[in-house]
Parts: sequence; structure tokens; C-alpha cells
Amino acid sequence: MATYQEFIQQNEDRDGVRFSWNLWPSSRLEATRLVVPVSCLFTPLKERPDLPPVQYEPVLCSRANCKAVLNPLCQVDYRAKIWACNFCFQRNPFPPSYAGISDVNQPAELMPQFSTIEYIVQRSPPNPLIFLYVVDTCLEEEDLQALKESLQMSLSLLPPNALVGLITFGRMVQVHELSCEGIAKSYVFRGTKELSSKQIQEMLGLTNPSASGPQGRPAAPQDPAVTCRFLQPVHKVDMNLTDLLGELQRDPWPVPQGKRPLRSTGIALSIAVGLLEGTFPNTGARVMMFMGGPPTQGPGMVVGDELKTPIRSWHDITKDNARHLKKATKYYDALANRAAVNGHSIDIYACALDQTGLLEMKCLSNLTGGHIAMGDSFNTSLFKQTFQRVFSKDHNGEFRMAFGGTLEVKASRELKVSGAIGPCVSLNTKGPCISENEVGVGGTTQWKICSLSPSTTLALYFEVVNQHNAPIPQGGRGAVQFVTQYQHSNTQRRIRVTTVARNWADAQSQIQHIESSFDQEASAVIMARLGVFRAESEEGPDVLRWLDRQLIRLFMFHLRRSPFLQVFNNSPDECSYYRHHFVRQDLTQSLIMIQPILYSYSFHGPPEPVLLDSGSILPDRILLMDTFFQLVIYHGETIAQWRKAGYQEQPEYENFKHLLVAPVDDAQEILQTRFPMPRYIDTEHGGSQARFLLSKVNPSQTHNNLYSWGQETGAPILTDDVSLQVFMDHLKKLAVSSAA
Amino acid sequence: MNVNQQTPMASPYGPPQPGYGQPSYAPLGGGYPGPYGPYNGPAAAYQPGAPPQGYSPYASFPSKAVAANPVSDLSSPLDLGPARGPLTSAPRPVSTPQAYSQYPQGDSQNGPPPMDHSMAQPAHRSPVSQPYSQGAMNLSGPHPSYSQQYGAPPPMQQVTNQMSGMQIGSGPPTSVGPGYAHHPSTQPPISAAYSSAAPPSYTQAPPLSAAPSQPPPPSEPAASQPYYGGPPPPQQQPFPSAHHPSQPFVSSSPYLGPPSQPQAPPVSQQQSFPPGPPAQQPFPNSAPPPVSQASYSGPPPLTQHSFPPSSQSGPFPPISISPSQYPGPQPQSQPGPPPFHSGPSPRGPVPPPSMSQQQANHLPPGPMQQQQPPQPGMQGGYPTQQNGAFGQPRGPQPGYAGPQYPGQQNYGAGPAPAPAPPAQKRLDPDSIPSPQASELPAVQKSRHRIDPDAIPSPIQVIEDDRVNKSSEPFTTGVKGQAPPLVTTNFQVKDQGNASPRFIRCTAYNMPCTADMAKQSQVPLAAVIKPLAMLPPDETPPYIVDHGEGGPIRCNRCKAYMCPYMQFIEGGRRFQCGFCSCVTEVPPHYFQHLDHTGKRVDCYDRPELSQGSYEFVATVDYCKNNKLPQPPSFIFFIDVSYNAVKSGMVNIVCQELKTLLDYLPRENPEADSVVRVGFVTYNKVLHFYNVKSSLAQPQMMVVSDVSDMFLPLLDGFLVGVNDSRMVIESLLDQIPEMFADTRETETVFGPVIQAGLEALKAADCAGKLFVFHSTLPIAEAPGKLKNREDKKLVGTDKEKSLFQPQSGFYSNLSKECVAQGCCVDLFLFPNQYVDVATLGVVPVSTGGSVYKYTYFQAETDRERFLNDLRRDVQKPMGFDAVMRVRTSTGIRATDFFGSFFMSNTTDVELAGLDCDKTVTVEFRHDDKLSEDTGALMQCAVLYTSCSGQRRLRVHNMAVNCCSQLADLYRNCETDTIINFFSKYAYRSILNTPTKTVRDTMVNQCAQILACYRKNCASPSSAGQLILPECMKLLPVYLNCVLKSDVLQPGADISLDDRAYLRQLLSCMDVSESHIFFYPRLLPLVKLDGGSLPMAVRNSEERLSKGGVYLLETGLHLFLWVGANAQQELLSNIFGTPTFSQIDPNMTSLPELDNPFSQRLREIIDSFRSQRSRYMKLMVVKQEDKAELIFKHFLCEDKSTSGGASYVDFLCHMHKEIRQLLS
Repeated sequence: MATYQEFIQQNEDRDGVRFSWNLWPSSRLEATRLVVPVSCLFTPLKERPDLPPVQYEPVLCSRANCKAVLNPLCQVDYRAKIWACNFCFQRNPFPPSYAGISDVNQPAELMPQFSTIEYIVQRSPPNPLIFLYVVDTCLEEEDLQALKESLQMSLSLLPPNALVGLITFGRMVQVHELSCEGIAKSYVFRGTKELSSKQIQEMLGLTNPSASGPQGRPAAPQDPAVTCRFLQPVHKVDMNLTDLLGELQRDPWPVPQGKRPLRSTGIALSIAVGLLEGTFPNTGARVMMFMGGPPTQGPGMVVGDELKTPIRSWHDITKDNARHLKKATKYYDALANRAAVNGHSIDIYACALDQTGLLEMKCLSNLTGGHIAMGDSFNTSLFKQTFQRVFSKDHNGEFRMAFGGTLEVKASRELKVSGAIGPCVSLNTKGPCISENEVGVGGTTQWKICSLSPSTTLALYFEVVNQHNAPIPQGGRGAVQFVTQYQHSNTQRRIRVTTVARNWADAQSQIQHIESSFDQEASAVIMARLGVFRAESEEGPDVLRWLDRQLIRLFMFHLRRSPFLQVFNNSPDECSYYRHHFVRQDLTQSLIMIQPILYSYSFHGPPEPVLLDSGSILPDRILLMDTFFQLVIYHGETIAQWRKAGYQEQPEYENFKHLLVAPVDDAQEILQTRFPMPRYIDTEHGGSQARFLLSKVNPSQTHNNLYSWGQETGAPILTDDVSLQVFMDHLKKLAVSSAA
Repeated sequence: MNVNQQTPMASPYGPPQPGYGQPSYAPLGGGYPGPYGPYNGPAAAYQPGAPPQGYSPYASFPSKAVAANPVSDLSSPLDLGPARGPLTSAPRPVSTPQAYSQYPQGDSQNGPPPMDHSMAQPAHRSPVSQPYSQGAMNLSGPHPSYSQQYGAPPPMQQVTNQMSGMQIGSGPPTSVGPGYAHHPSTQPPISAAYSSAAPPSYTQAPPLSAAPSQPPPPSEPAASQPYYGGPPPPQQQPFPSAHHPSQPFVSSSPYLGPPSQPQAPPVSQQQSFPPGPPAQQPFPNSAPPPVSQASYSGPPPLTQHSFPPSSQSGPFPPISISPSQYPGPQPQSQPGPPPFHSGPSPRGPVPPPSMSQQQANHLPPGPMQQQQPPQPGMQGGYPTQQNGAFGQPRGPQPGYAGPQYPGQQNYGAGPAPAPAPPAQKRLDPDSIPSPQASELPAVQKSRHRIDPDAIPSPIQVIEDDRVNKSSEPFTTGVKGQAPPLVTTNFQVKDQGNASPRFIRCTAYNMPCTADMAKQSQVPLAAVIKPLAMLPPDETPPYIVDHGEGGPIRCNRCKAYMCPYMQFIEGGRRFQCGFCSCVTEVPPHYFQHLDHTGKRVDCYDRPELSQGSYEFVATVDYCKNNKLPQPPSFIFFIDVSYNAVKSGMVNIVCQELKTLLDYLPRENPEADSVVRVGFVTYNKVLHFYNVKSSLAQPQMMVVSDVSDMFLPLLDGFLVGVNDSRMVIESLLDQIPEMFADTRETETVFGPVIQAGLEALKAADCAGKLFVFHSTLPIAEAPGKLKNREDKKLVGTDKEKSLFQPQSGFYSNLSKECVAQGCCVDLFLFPNQYVDVATLGVVPVSTGGSVYKYTYFQAETDRERFLNDLRRDVQKPMGFDAVMRVRTSTGIRATDFFGSFFMSNTTDVELAGLDCDKTVTVEFRHDDKLSEDTGALMQCAVLYTSCSGQRRLRVHNMAVNCCSQLADLYRNCETDTIINFFSKYAYRSILNTPTKTVRDTMVNQCAQILACYRKNCASPSSAGQLILPECMKLLPVYLNCVLKSDVLQPGADISLDDRAYLRQLLSCMDVSESHIFFYPRLLPLVKLDGGSLPMAVRNSEERLSKGGVYLLETGLHLFLWVGANAQQELLSNIFGTPTFSQIDPNMTSLPELDNPFSQRLREIIDSFRSQRSRYMKLMVVKQEDKAELIFKHFLCEDKSTSGGASYVDFLCHMHKEIRQLLS
């Protein structure tokens, strides 16, 4: 038997699932004692190039409240053409099309290697993809120009039948009509007045009684061009739109001295949401908002237009001094929920030197599965490449994005679903396997994930409800089935079903087995998510204390110091940004975020990972640190001097040149695949940017103990934070004393 | 009619006066007529005898009013003798014609002034003469008619008429007649009775006779002569005195005098006529007596005959004519004879007639009253009946009329009545009427008729003014001088007072005290057109720059430097002419004085020597102390279904492409600095970005109409030349874009809000051109509901229909005014659009409303485009504030026009163009001094179309008078009517229409009664005496009362009424004049450069064989008689056949013959004179469209119940008499 390590890896590769425990304690009591709940990280659209989708529909359990999908774990009676549901034990006849089924003639979904299987559903006509650009025009000329170019570039990346729309905003909000010849038309809204969805649709002339079906959920319009002048197929309006973007002017309203430009971001978004709501409800769509500063007027304003009033800081927030915070958050929350209900996701691309209000607006993306990208300017490769990567394609030439996903979780009787943490919203579907104990977004068995990428990962939390006195028969297995319905980027409707099972174990007798089945990495991420989730809603110190009580693990040290929980040194916007990504990335990336990776390059050998410790900072090394958000190349003091002296230019020091290039090459490799683009930093000893590195490493040497250690290894870090050593010592003490 | 006013004046007119001398009527009534009649024959001598005859004649005369008159003559005889003596001597024998001629001559000479209104007016203004003349005029008018009828008799009649005329003059004579006998008693009664007796009294004859007879001869002559002299107004009085009996006639007395003399012979009559004619001026002058008479007579008779019974009008004419008529009446005396002729029966019956007449006469006494009625008809008699009933009264009148008319006509008869009068007078015509009626039904009818030619004729007045005043330039230097009429072409020389093109006053002699003003009831108002365009031969106001300190002003009242500032202390200080405060002269403005105390540079500085000039304003005069930006024009085009379908959108867009090159500018060489913007709308608004850097315009739709805002800043308002390509592209595309629109709903409030926001954003003033088609029912601020409810018309709630539906637009207009946002509204409705509400903003912002109901591209295009072009191109000022300062003692208290006022003194106009007029009413708050007169200074601060801040100043000085006569002599009826109509049109917002009408009639009656009481020489109460300057007041007032706003016909929509109401509010005098009294030109010989003389607005004046052009200021009609000559038709239409004329044509074919060319020239020149393009409608006689045309024949009864001129005159007379008694 393979090691757990291998088992875990294999499971992840095949199903995109990693459980905190791979043997489950068989009673509630025991499960509770384990501290880390039975939970998993699930990547619904894990890339499976080897998995061909099947062209038929799944077979469902006929029990009304079960509807589990036929899977390899089901018992099948080939003779009677009957299968038993492994969740509710209902016996179901196969449908007529399965008449030829036999031992040797099994449908794919019964084969063990198809524990994850994807069906293509033909039920509804394909919906086109919809991209709605919402563009801030209160930008510097240079920024605007760069943004315009990026947008025009993106048009060429869209599939020709995708629908595009354009909304621009500044002091006013303009919805551009794309279908017109000659005169460019746009509908203008003032940026200060909140309008209901109905009003917006009326004002846009979308309330055509014949257009909306009687069932309230109009089928995707047969000819979108007719029903909506604002969303048009790219191939039709390519030229128009390119011209339109080309003629886009900076917001013409004068900005008086000492004021911020008036930016009606809130209204622009509400119009975007309202527009889609009215025209393509329940259809996958992506609202892409580009903003160059904080909303300064109307509902959703984050800061006033007086420059003398700075945007809120953590300090203001803790002092309850942020005037617009609550109102704006509430406003965007409502918007996000509306968008999520309709399956539309919202991306935020915020490029400004100052904060832009991500704190208030984060839910827009968090709830709808949208992206958030943060940069200093639209005229940077950080933004340009990040944006370009949104439209990256897989090996089939299809977008790595999916829309309108619904994730349903079914579990064996002994297991109930506590909740999920990730870019999703609850669909409030009641079912038999809902735990009363809510963790994350709970109380449902279905979640809506408006936009999915192959790396989108949710953390799902379960509760073992089996009573201690009702033991599970030896060899019993608990099963969990994930049913993910989504709209593929090629407009197909698909259903991916993943069914996994784990053995039950009696904690009393098989505690060692359970221990060995523990997945430390997964648990770390899972618990971190829980921590972040709580941090969002609770006071920071409380969360830290909770975390301390819950866990004693190495990485927790870094987690405590990460921007996910620690707001010091990070603006509210940055925190939101980091957290946003943390709750959606897959396990590997999440781990990097928690505990950055540090590679050391030297003449002494090949690059090697080193401890994230101040001790690793040596003069003759080049360090490459990947924190997910930043890629830092740090040249040690000596190296830096050499480089300054230009040795790398001299042929005799070619090896030095290679040494310098090596980390850069590695960084490029990472940059190639990472989304969003990390901030790429090339610095050296004493450089101002070195702070990125210094803030991450374990301060084993500080100004306090530098001389006591006396070694000249590493660089001292000027901080009052405790070092890992101290932390561990303290933990040990705690572990012993509070063991009871 | 008698317009005694003139009478007094008449003295010169003497003859006419007599005519006027309603007395004559009275006298006529008196039965004198009878006598006269005979007399007439006999001439002078007969008078006495005549009377009796008169009576008889009356009977006969009745039909021939003239005959009656003669009677009056009776009285006159005596007087006449004397009076006429002078005049007549020759004339008498001459017989009518001669007489006329003579008179005319005489008139022209003496009389002219008096007689001829025009003539008289000018000359006489001072005194009574004018009135007389008028009266005379009228009288004469009627006469003729009679004469004609009688055909053969004519001569006689004429004579009689003349006689009557004479009498008229003497009219009073009636009294005379009676007077002689009863005079004192009678007359008084008459006067009192006039109503009843009046007729007789009217009959100038009576007065004439009376006056003449008695004192008249002596006094009259004397008086008359003096008058002629043009002298003293007092004369009138004197006359009265002289005439004692005739008193009423007084005015006429002079005439009487003459008449009387002549009377004896027929001549007298003639004479009278002459006067009459002269009075009528035109007639006399032109085709003197004979002609006029003839013509008149011609018609009259007919009318009379036919009308008599029916139309009391008949009588009226005489009334107005009183003088002339009277003469006519007097003629009666002569007519006596004529009557015979005419009413041979009478004659034959003479005795009987006399009997009857006598009865009448006797009755007259009774009848007198009756007669009076007739006279009212004329004046009193008519009035009574007619008045009472007015239109209908006729019915009764007939009865009355019968008697009355006779009486009237007969004045002679009048005279007869005169005797009766005493008793009768008091009696009421009404009571009598019936008897009369019974007595002389047939006759009555004929008698009833008042000859329309005998009543004051606007045409004659206009023509006289034109003849007399167009040759010399009008210099404004003389205070208290009334300018020529608006219908006259004249040149103005600014010598210190504003040109009448800028300011016209109702009175150029203001009463010194509030009491006087109140007593006279003459409104004191000025009609100011601050930016009026001047003809090319006059210099526009000079621009004065007083440097950085700004214009020099009085320290206390802030009046601007003007010719009325008196420099003192060697020029170091000046005393303000308005408030007397002394102000230092700033050093840079100092100049030495010459020996007369004038500054040496007086004539170098416009502000010291001119009535109108402009200052360059400094930054202190600017909003926010910031020099203004050049203004902007924003075009709002309705693109809803109706607007597109009617073709409006297409036309506007096409036109704008070229029109934009003609935006107003001050320097014709340079480009206009006015920026333009474009918006289309239905229930949402589409703004256009037409920035020059764009390849294509961009449309920005604002659907949030509930909370309007401007969606773009840069690129909305652009210079035409910069963005020409983009604009043209836009204008090309707009019609295409909306060609298939199905949107029928529109908004309106947000449209104006949008414009306002745009101007606010651009921080400039400007003008919005809104092209709108339907009632704005879309959900938005300012949404309106259809509230057209014809059932409310005529009720007390009617006024609510003229008020805006809600306060929204009023509030909006306040904001607009604050920003200097002027709104011009072009409406293209197919149904009710609630002009009353939509017009609120344009009216409050100095804008205009244009309305094209049932707009069709083919037929209305030209009118609309011309209006639009003119509206866009015309010079205008923006963001204007107007303030009228006056010298101590009076104060501007009320303002009428298109503007907004936030306090009681400043008239705020977001826009002020060259056609906009503000009427200002003044009231006393203290005594004025005759020495200093009254001053007013109208200062308008505005931003010119080039963005320069300017101050235009108009100064006006008028005299003050302590004598009412001076007031009446120096007022201008057209301006008074302008004021009255504006006042009335505004009143209907808050007062039931009927009340408004009554109030107007009442006020006019008071004006005239006051004159009668205080200025006119005493005369019989039955005589209608009008001041020369106001003799057209009744006819114009009637036109106002009959206008669609005050008396709507069934086919007049509420929108039309609201539209007209608003339209009038900013009309100047010439526009309001033609609006109320359209110009009707017979198209006969069009060779030569002059226009054919207009004819009066009555169907009677239309010949079946003719073609007429009618100009109303808003429309042009070409009326084609059913029997029009083929040649004429060929010349005009290119087809000789009546039936082939296309009634739908809107422009005449361009034919290569002089007639066609000239006609089209005339039409073009008419159009160029008006601020709005007049669409031409061809109306074929008997065609359906003729109804519309007839609506504008304002001397006729209107289908909506409006009185005919004659009826109304009678009514006025009755009102006056009531006031006097």
C-alpha cells in the first residue's frame, strides 16, 4: 500500500480533493476531540486533460431528496438492471438506454477511475459568454491610454460570439450602445442617484414586455442583438468598439484644486448589475471593472472628494472613524448578492497608488467568484499581464474560466455538511445532510460559484454525526459526492461529478491510523481559511487567540504574521486583496501564501530551498522569495557590490553572470503561470524594497539578540515580533500546561 | 359719432360739429326734422317751419334718417341760419354737393382740422376740434347713404344729410329746436334723455339748430370760427354756452351755426355734410362731399333700408357720425324734403308723416325718447335700445329705431323730439320704442340704420395721419407731442426724447394730479420696446463709454446721465431731473457751461443730447462681478412619432445647417461668438457631443428625466465653425435615426431643465429653441394632463384654463431667469398641448411661443422656416434687467410683457429681443408740476450677443396738464388699446372673462363720459361726443372685446386662446393695432409705389367683383370675389376662372405681369414688417374658408356674439349717458 503521502497526492490529482483526515473518526465525540474537523479542500474544475467528458446525462437516484449521481461506489445488480444509491440506499432501475449494461459493458461512471466524471448536458441552448467592461475614465492620460490598449487587446482574445458591453464612468455613468451605426450612442446616468434595477432597465429601454418570458426566467434570448443593444457579439461590433475605446476621453468635468475627481463607481456597478439582471439573468457573465481610484460620490462612495480627507486606514476603522465604510460595504454587499443570484461575476482591476476601496468592494468579487487585481497603474506589466492572463486558454484552446457554477455536496448519513469557505454564495438548498453547526457559509447543500477557474478551490467542512454508541460496522466507508454544474467557456453546459469515500475508524482503537492519515498541509490551509473567514468578521486579536488555541504547527507561526491575519503594515485594501486570493487558491498556492518559499542561489551549488529565516540572508547569496503576491530577488551584500562593479559584463566572470540570471529565469517561470501576476521585485542588500523579504523571514536575529548570537550569519531584522524559536518555546510550554 | 369733443373743436368743423352735435339728432328727433325737411327744401328759412314738417318728414325720414335730421335742423334753422350763414352762404344754395365741397373746403380750411380727424387732430388737438371732426366724420358718413338711397332725392337727401350734418353740428340744435322752444328744458332733457331724446338731440340738427339757431349763429359762428382758428378749446364750451339750448351740441354748435344758416337752404345741409365729409376727412378731402356722400349714401341707403329695421347699426353710424349724420339729419330738415323723396309717402303724408312723425315727434316727445333711442341708436337712442340690448337691441330698436331712427336720421325729427325730449328724455326710449315701433314699423326699419360711413372710420384716421405726418420727420425734442400713428411711415429725429419706436405713451400730457387721472380714467402707460430695430435711415443709439467708473449716475435715485440732468455751479455738479438730488460731476467728466447753462460738449455727448443711447457697462454691472461669457443657443428637437411624421424634424435639421451661419453678431465681418448645442428628445433626452475633434458626433441619452442633469460638458456647446463637420453630420443623421421611431410620449420640463443645466455648467446666458409637438404626458417633472374642457368656457372657472396646471414651470422659469436662460418654444400640436402651461417658461423668460397647429411640411414649411430664421437671427440681449425711473410724482406701478419680476421695480428678462415690448403703467404718488412735466427713464442692462455688458437708456419727457382737455387732446388711442388689451388679457387669469369685458367697457365709457362732461361743449345728452384723439376708441375696444381671447367662438381652441393671450403680452403698438384691426386692401390698381387705400373691415365693403388682401399680423388672406374680373384673376392666379383657383395655395404664382409682381411685392413687404411670418391663405367667396376670413372683419357682428361696430357704438353711448345722468 502506498503511503498516505502518495494516496493523498493521487486523490488530489484525480479528484481535486484533499481531506484533513483520510480516516474518519466514527463518532461525533471523537471527531470533536480531533480539533481539526473532517474537512476538505475541493477544486471543482481541477484540470484533467485526461478526462474526456461524456456526451450524456448523469443517472440520478430517484429518491426526491437524494438525487445522487450514479457512481463507481454504487452497488449494481447487472442482472436486474438495478443500482443502489450509496447515500440513501435507494434501489433504482437503470434507464432504458442502459439496457445493454453488464459486467463487462459498464458505463464510464461505474469505472473506479472515473470517480470524477464530466457530463455534457444538451438540455438548453448554449448561452454566449458575456463580458461587460466597466471603465473608470478619471485616470491620468497615460493610464487611460494604457488601459484602452489593454481593453482593445482583450477584444481580440474573446471568442467571436461572446457578447460584450461597455460602461464608462466618471462623474457620470455612460452605458454605450454598441449596435448603432454612425453616431455613437450612450445612455448617461448621474453618478449620485441610486436607481432600482427596474428603473435602470426602464431607462435603458429594456423593459420590452415581449422580451421577458412568462416564467420570469426568460430563456436566453434567441437573438441578443434585438433585445439588448448594449451587449453585442464581438464579431459584430469589433470595429465599433475599438473605435469607441479609441475615442474614449478622460472624464471632462473639471476637477478643482484640492479635490479628487468624482468617481461614480457605485452607480456604475449597480447599472452593470442591473443591465445584466434585466437582460441575461441566470446566464454566466463577467463584469470587469477597471478603476483608478476610490469611489468618491454617490452610493458606495468610500471617501469624499476633498483631498484633505484621506481614505480610511485601519486606525480609522478601529476607532470607528471611517464614515463611509459601513454604508459602502452594505451597498456593495447588496450588489454582490444580486449579481451572485443571477450568476454574474464581478472582477475588480484596481490600479492606483493609494487605496481604492477594495475593503468595501471585496465582496463583489468574493461572493461572485470574480477576480481582484491590484496594481499601481494600468500602465504596468503587472496589470497588463494579469489582465491578459484572465483570458488564458487551456490546451484545448478554451478559456480557463467557467461560469454560473453550482456545487452540490451529498454525504453519507453519518456525515453532515457544516459549510464552505470560498468564492461562493449559499443557494439555501435544504437537504438531509445539513449540519446545524455552521462553519463558513453553511445551512445549505448547494453553493453558487459564479465564476470558476481550474484553480478555484473551496474549503468544505463536515461534521461527523454518528453517535458514539452506534458504531459503524468495520470496513464501513463514508462517501461524499460533489456535483458541479457549470457553463463551460465553450458555452456548453456541463456537470462534473466527483465521488470520494474514506474509511471510518474507531478513534479509540485506531488512533494511530487516524493520526497517520492526517494531512498537515490541507489542514493548515483549511484552518487558515477558517481563520481568515473569522478575521473578516471578528476582531483581529480574538482570531489570533483562537488560532493559537486551535493549532500548534510550524506554519501557524507564519500564518500569524501573514497579511491575512495581521493588518499591521498593510492597508485595509491590501488585506482584502490578500484574503480574497487566499480563500480561493488551491492548496499549493495557499501554502506559499502562508509560508513563502525561499530559494538560495550561490556559487556553492545548485539553488536550494532554505529556511525562511533571517539566518538565510547571507552576503554571497542571491535569494528568491515567492510569497505568491511578490517575487523578490534579493542580492546579498557582496553579490550586490559585484553586480554594481559590473563583473557580470566581463567574460571572465561569466559564471557570475549565470548566477545572476538563474533566479531571474526561475522567477520568470513562476510569473508565467501565476495569476494574478505577482509583484516582481529585484532588490539587494540595503535596498528599500528589501523590506519585502525582511518582513517575511523569521526574525531569529534581531537587534535584541544580534550580539548574543554573535555569529555573523544572516542579517538582523529590526522587529519586536517574536522569533520562531521563542514562539515554539512558548507553545511547548502551553502545550504541556494546558494539555488537560 | 357726435364725438362732440370734436364738436367743440368742430367749431372749425363747425359744420361737422353740428353733425356731431348730437344735438342735431336730438333736434331731429325734435321733429324739427320735419320742419327742416321742408326747410331743407326751403333751406334756411324753413327750419322753423320745417320742424313741423320735420315731424312729418320724420315719418318719412325715418327711413331716410336724413329727413329726420332736417328736423333737427329745425332747431338749427335758427342757429343754422346763423351758423351756416357763414359757411353755407355759398354752400347752401349749392346744395349738398357744393355744400360738401364747400364744407370740405371750409373744413379743410377751417374745418379740416376739426372735421378731419387727422387734420383736426393735429391742429385741434389742442382743443375740441378733433372730436368734432370725428363726429363730423361719422355723421357725414351716414348721410351719404341716405342720399343714395333716395336716389333722386339724394340731392335732397344729401342736402338733407348735409343739412343734417349741419344740424349735426348744430345737432345740438335739436335742443335748439326744442331749445328754442324748449331748449333749456329740452336740451337738458335731451341730454338726459339723450338716450331717448338724445337721438333727436343728436341729430346735430337739433343742436345745430338749437345752437345755431339760438346763439349758435352768433356764438357759433364766432365760436366756430375761433375753433377753426384751431384755437381755444374753450370754444367748445363757449359754444355750448352760446348754444345754450344746443349745449349738447356745443361742440357742434359751431357747426350748427353754419349749418343752421345753410340749413335754411338745403345748402346748410350740404354744408353740414361737407363738414361731415371733412370730418371724415378722407371723404371730404378726396372725393369730397359728394363722393363721400354718394358712396356713403350709396351703401347706407341700401343698408339702411335693408338694415334699418334689423341693424340698429344703421343708426349707429349716424351716431358716430353724429356730426356728419347729423348733418344728414339736419338734412332732414332738408331731408324734410328728401324724406319726401325717399319716403315720399312720408312727404305725401308729410302731414301724415308729420303726423306719424309728429306722432313720432310728438311721440317724439314720447318718441323723442324714442327718437332718442334712435339717437341712442345713434348715440343715445340707439344706445338705449341697442345699448341695452346691443346686438339684439336692434330688435327692439327697430321699434324704437323706427322712431328713433327717424328721429336720428331726422334729427330733424330729433329736434322734433327735442321738444318732446324734455319729457321724453326722461322717459325711456325703451318704453317708447314699442309704440313707435307699432307706429312706424316699416319706416323704422329703414330708419334704424345708422350709416356705417358716418361713424368714425379707422381707415380715414389712418389715412389722414399718413397724409399729414409722413412727409416731415418727427422730431422728439418737443415735449408733449404725440407722434404719428404707427400706421404712418415717418422718420424720427432723436432730439432728446426716445423715438416712438422705442417708447409710445398713452398720453403725452399727463394729468397733474391723481384726482384728474382718476377722473379721466385714461390709463397712463408707456409701451417700451427697448431694443427695437430702427429703419435704415435712422441712427441706432450711440454707444457711450464713461470709462472704468461706469456710467455717471445720480447719487440718490441712480438715474443715468441724460439730457434732463441740469448742470450747475459752472458744471461742477448736476441736479437730477428725477429726484432733484445734486451730484458731483467726476473730474474726468467735467466740462464748462455755456451762457445758457448747457455744457459746451452737450452735442458731442449722446447722453446729453439724445433720448436713446447705450452705455458700456463695467464689471460692477455683471453677475458675480465677472464679465459675462458669450451666450449660447441650444436647440431641443422633439423626435417623437408625431414630430417626425409631420416632417418637422427633417425641416429643422435641414434648416439648421444653413441657419447656423446666421447667428447674431455685432460685427457682420466676424464670426458669431454664440456657441451652439443640440439635444433631441422624446421621453428621454439625447445630448450630442459635437466636439470638433470627433469624427462622428456622439449621442448621450439621459433617461433619468426625473432628476435632470447635463451628461457632458466638453463638446456640448461648440463654435459653429470649429465643429461644422461634426454638426452637419449630426444634423444629417438625426432624421434618419428617428425615422422609424414609435415613441409617442414626450417630456417637457426636463428639456428646459437640461438647457438650464447646460447654461449653468457653461456659466453663460443663452437661449433655448424648443421644437415640441405634444402634451408632455411621460412620467417626469412637469408632466401634464389633458384638461381641455370646453364646458368651462364662459363660466367663472374659465380663468383656470389660462393658468398653468402646476407651479412647476413657474419655479423653473425663476431659475431660468436667474441664469439668463431664455426659452423660445415652437409648437407643432395636433391636439391640445396646454399652451397655457407650456408657455409659462417662454413668457417669463422673455421668449416667444410659436404655434403651428396641424403642421404639414408642405404648407407650413415656409412660415415655420421664416419664423425660425428670424428668431435665430434677430438681435437680442441676454440676462437683462430693465428698470423704469420716473420723476417725482409718478411711479411705474405695473408691467406687462414677457418677463419675470422678483421685486416690484426690476423687470428681469432672461432674453430680450428686438420685438419684445414691455408695457408700463404709471400712477401718481404725488402732484406733478406743469412746469417741469414728467420724466421717465428706462434703463436696460443686458449682455449683447457678443458677450458685452451694455446699458441701454431711453428717456422720455411728457407734459403735465391741469386741464383735462389737454389730456384728451394729446393721447394716443392705439397705445391705449395696447394697454387695455394687455391689461384685460392678463386679468382673465384671475377674473371671469365677462367681468373683464364689462370692466373695459366701463372704463372706456368713463373716459368718454369724463370728456363729455368736462371738455366737450354742452350738447344734448343724446349726442355722442368723442374726443378727436379717441374717436376710434370704441371701434378698437370693440375689436378687443370681440377678440378670440375675450370672446371665443366655438371653433377656437383653448390653446389658441392661451397662445394669443401670451402673444399679445409683448406686442408693440403697431402689432396690436393690426392684430385688433386688420388691414383690408382692395386690390384694384396696383400701379405706382403706393398701396391702395384700405377699406374698413366689414363685409359690406367687399365687392363681389373684387379681390382683397387682408393682413392681421398673423395671417394674410387673399379674398376673391365670386365675380372677380377674369383679367384680375389671370393677373393674379394665371387662370381666368374662379373655380380653377386652388384655395390651398400658400404662395401666389410668379406671373410676369406688373400686377402680379406688385402684389407679391406688397405681400413680401407686409411680411417683412411683422415679427412673425404671415402665411397666405386664398379665400374664395362662398368657400368654407370664408368663415375664417370673415372672423377678421371686425366691424361686423361676429359669429361668436361680438357686436358690430355700430351696435357697440350705440352701447357705448348708452353707457356714457348712464354715467352722465
